[in-house]
Amino acid sequence: MKQLRIIPDKCTSCLQCELACSFVQTGTFQPSRSLIRVYVFDEQASYAPYTCFQCSEAWCMTACPVNAIALDPATGAKVIMDNVCVGCAVCTIACPYGTVFYNPDTHKAVKCDLCGGDPACVKACPTDAIEYVEMEQPDWLTSWAQRVDERFHTMQEGGH
Amino acid sequence: MMYGWTGTALRINLTTRQIMKEPLREEWAHEYIGGRGLGARYLLAEVDPTINPFSPDNKMMIVTGPLTGTNASCGSRYMVITKGPLTNAITTSNSGGTWGPELKAAGYDMLILEGRASSPCYLWIYNDQVEIRDAGHLWGKTVWETEEQLKTEVGVPDAIIASIGPAGEKLVRFACIMNDLHRAAGRSGVGAVMGSKNLKAVVVRGTGGVRLADPKTYMEAQWAMKIKLRESPVTSQGLPIYGTEVLVNVINEHGALPTRNHQETVFEHAEAISGETLTDTRLVSNKACFSCTIACGRVATLPGDAAGKYAVTTHPHNWNIAGEGPEYEAAWAMGSECGVGDLDALIKANWLCNELGMDAISFGATVAAAMELYEKGAVPLAEAGIPLNFGSGEALIAMAEKVAYREGFGTELAEGSKRMTEKFGRPELFMGVRGQEFAAYEARAIQGMGLGYATSNRGACHLKAYTVAAEILGLPRQMDPRATEGKAELTKVFQDATATVDATGLCQFLTFGIGLEEILPQLSAATGVTYTIEDLMKIGERIWNLERLWNERSGMTGKEDTLPNRILAEPIPSGPAKGQVNRLGEMLPEYYQLRGWDTDGKITEEKLKELGLA
Repeated sequence: MKQLRIIPDKCTSCLQCELACSFVQTGTFQPSRSLIRVYVFDEQASYAPYTCFQCSEAWCMTACPVNAIALDPATGAKVIMDNVCVGCAVCTIACPYGTVFYNPDTHKAVKCDLCGGDPACVKACPTDAIEYVEMEQPDWLTSWAQRVDERFHTMQEGGH
Repeated sequence: MMYGWTGTALRINLTTRQIMKEPLREEWAHEYIGGRGLGARYLLAEVDPTINPFSPDNKMMIVTGPLTGTNASCGSRYMVITKGPLTNAITTSNSGGTWGPELKAAGYDMLILEGRASSPCYLWIYNDQVEIRDAGHLWGKTVWETEEQLKTEVGVPDAIIASIGPAGEKLVRFACIMNDLHRAAGRSGVGAVMGSKNLKAVVVRGTGGVRLADPKTYMEAQWAMKIKLRESPVTSQGLPIYGTEVLVNVINEHGALPTRNHQETVFEHAEAISGETLTDTRLVSNKACFSCTIACGRVATLPGDAAGKYAVTTHPHNWNIAGEGPEYEAAWAMGSECGVGDLDALIKANWLCNELGMDAISFGATVAAAMELYEKGAVPLAEAGIPLNFGSGEALIAMAEKVAYREGFGTELAEGSKRMTEKFGRPELFMGVRGQEFAAYEARAIQGMGLGYATSNRGACHLKAYTVAAEILGLPRQMDPRATEGKAELTKVFQDATATVDATGLCQFLTFGIGLEEILPQLSAATGVTYTIEDLMKIGERIWNLERLWNERSGMTGKEDTLPNRILAEPIPSGPAKGQVNRLGEMLPEYYQLRGWDTDGKITEEKLKELGLA
C-alpha cells in the first residue's frame, strides 16, 4: 500500500506543503489549519515536515468513544467522519505523534486522510521531500530521528 | 470583502499608545497593489518629506502585498517604507522569511507606526489582540537573544519576530530590521528609524488565512508559474545549489567585481569567497523563505578551529553550529570591497551583522572606505584604534562590533561612508549615490548599472533595476555591458517592472525564471481586480514617479542623479574591463526623456497628471 515517505534532508522549510494542505482544508492559505507541519530546527539547519503516517496501531481509532474514525480500505488512511465526531478531542491526546488536531471553528477533530489517495502536500513539495510511494513499513521516522540525534551530538562536540 | 488583501491596516501611535484598526484604502490598493507602492502612497499622504528621519513625525509603513502569505512561489515579502536616515530619501527595504505572511495571517495588510514611545517597548500582535509592552529588559540585547527571549515571554513558540539589534538602538545609519534571525529589511537605515521610536520588536502570531477571489483560476496560474521556475536553470539549480554567491566568479570574470573601495574591479581571491567554495566547504543546507520554491538561502557553519579564529566580545551560543549567509552582496561588500579573501571571516562578520542588526552591504562598503582613508593617511592609527588595512579579517570583525555599539572609531563608520569620508576631508572616497553605498556591480564595467544606481530613488541599489540580468546573464536577452545604447530604456523598463513585483508581495528572484505575464493571472485571480500587463507597467511607473516626487519634495533634484568621480572619470586600472569609465552622460538625458521628465530631471505636471499624482 502507498504511504507518505518524508525525507527531511530534502526539505527547505518553504511551507508549500502546509499551504497546500490548508487550502484543501479551508479554501484559503492558512498554515495554522494545516495537518502537515514543518518543524524548523534552526541551529541544526534541519527542517522536518511531519504528519500522520497512518500507523497501524492507530491509537486515535482505539481511543475514540463514538467510533468516528474509520479505516479507508482504498488508501489505508484513518479517516475522521465529521458527522459522527462529537469533538471530545480524546484522539488528539491519544495520538503519540501529535498529528491529530482540533478545529476550534467546527469543534471537530481533524487529521490527514491522504486526500483520498492524492495527497496535496506531495504535489506541492518543490524538492520531492514528501513522496507518496509503495512501502511496507514507514520507517522514515526512526531513521530520521537517529540521524538528527547523531548530527546533534557531533555538533555539540564542536564538529560539523 | 477584499480578497488577496485582508482589507485592514493597523495603526499604532507610540506617543499616545493608541491602537487603531482601519480599513485599507481600497482605491490605493487597486492603484498601487501593496508593498512598496501602497506604502509609498501612504507615506506621501501622511509624512512631510522635509522632516528629520529620526523625528517622531516620521512614520514607518510596514506593508505586505496581496500575494504575501499565499502559496505563490516566493510570496513572503514585506516592505518598510519610511524616510531613511542614511539617504534622507524614501526607503524601500524588503524582507522575506515568515514575518510578512504571519502579519497577514493575523489579519493586517500593513502596520503604520507613528510617534515615539517614551521608553523602550515592543508590540505583541496575536490576531486581533494588540498590545504595546515594555521592552526595557530587552534594550541592548542582540537580535538573536531578543527573538529567543520574546518567544518565551509571550508564551507562543510559533510567534514570529521582527526586531532591531544594538545597531538600531544606537541609530547606526544603516541598521536593519531583522526577522527570523537572519532575514533583513536591510538598507537605508530603517532599523535606526525603529530605534528612534524606542520600538525594539514587533511580535506577531496569526492564525487566519488569505482569501482568494477565484481560487480555481489562481491555482492554475500558480502551477504554471511553478513549472516555469522549475524549468529555469537559474531558479532550479544556480540559486538553490550555490545561492546568490554563484555570482562572485561570474562577475569577477567580467572584471566587474569592485575591489578595495572600487580602486580595482578584479579580486584575486574571488574563488576563495565564491559560492562554489562556500558550498563545498561550509554549507550545511539551503533554506527557503515562506512559500519559496527556489530556496537560495545559505545556512553555513564554522567548523572546529574556524569558529574561534577571530575573537569577538559578543558570544552567540551557536558560533559553531549554523547560521545563514553570506549572500553575494554581503560577501562582496565585506570580501572583495575590503580585500578580505578569508571566507570564514565573512561568515563570522555576516553573522555579527545579522545578530547586531545592520546592513552587511553598507557595513562592508563603509569599512572599505575607512580602509582607504586609513591607507591614504587621512585617518591615523591613533584615531582608528586598530590597523585598518585592506585584507584584514581581524579589522572587519572588530569593526562589526565597534560600529554596532558605536564604540571608538566605530561611531564614525556608524554614520555611513558619505558622512565619514566628508568628515575626514576625502568625500571623493565615498562610493555610492544619495548617501547609500553601491552594491556589488561595478558601474564602469556594466554601463546600465551606473544609470540604475544614479537614478535609484533610495540611493545606490542593485534591486531597483537589475540590468545585470540583461548585460551579464543574458536575461531576457543579452546586451553588451560596455554599450550605453538602449540602456536608458532597459533601465526604465526594469525599474517599472521591478516596482510592480515589489508591490505584489513576491520576491524579485522570481524574475530570473518568469515575468509579469506569469504574475498577472495570479494577482488578478487572487484579488478579483482585473489587471492587464499595461496596467502593471503603469502601476510600476506610478510607484517610481511617486517615490521620486516624494524625494523632490524633500529637496532632492536631478543633480543627485550622478556617480562618484572615480566611476565617471578614473578608468579601471586592470582586468577585462580595463580602461573603462561609466558614461552616464550618454544615458541620463535619454532616460529623462523616456520618463517624461524635464531636462533637469524634474517630473513634469503632465506626467503627474497622466499617472494620477497631480
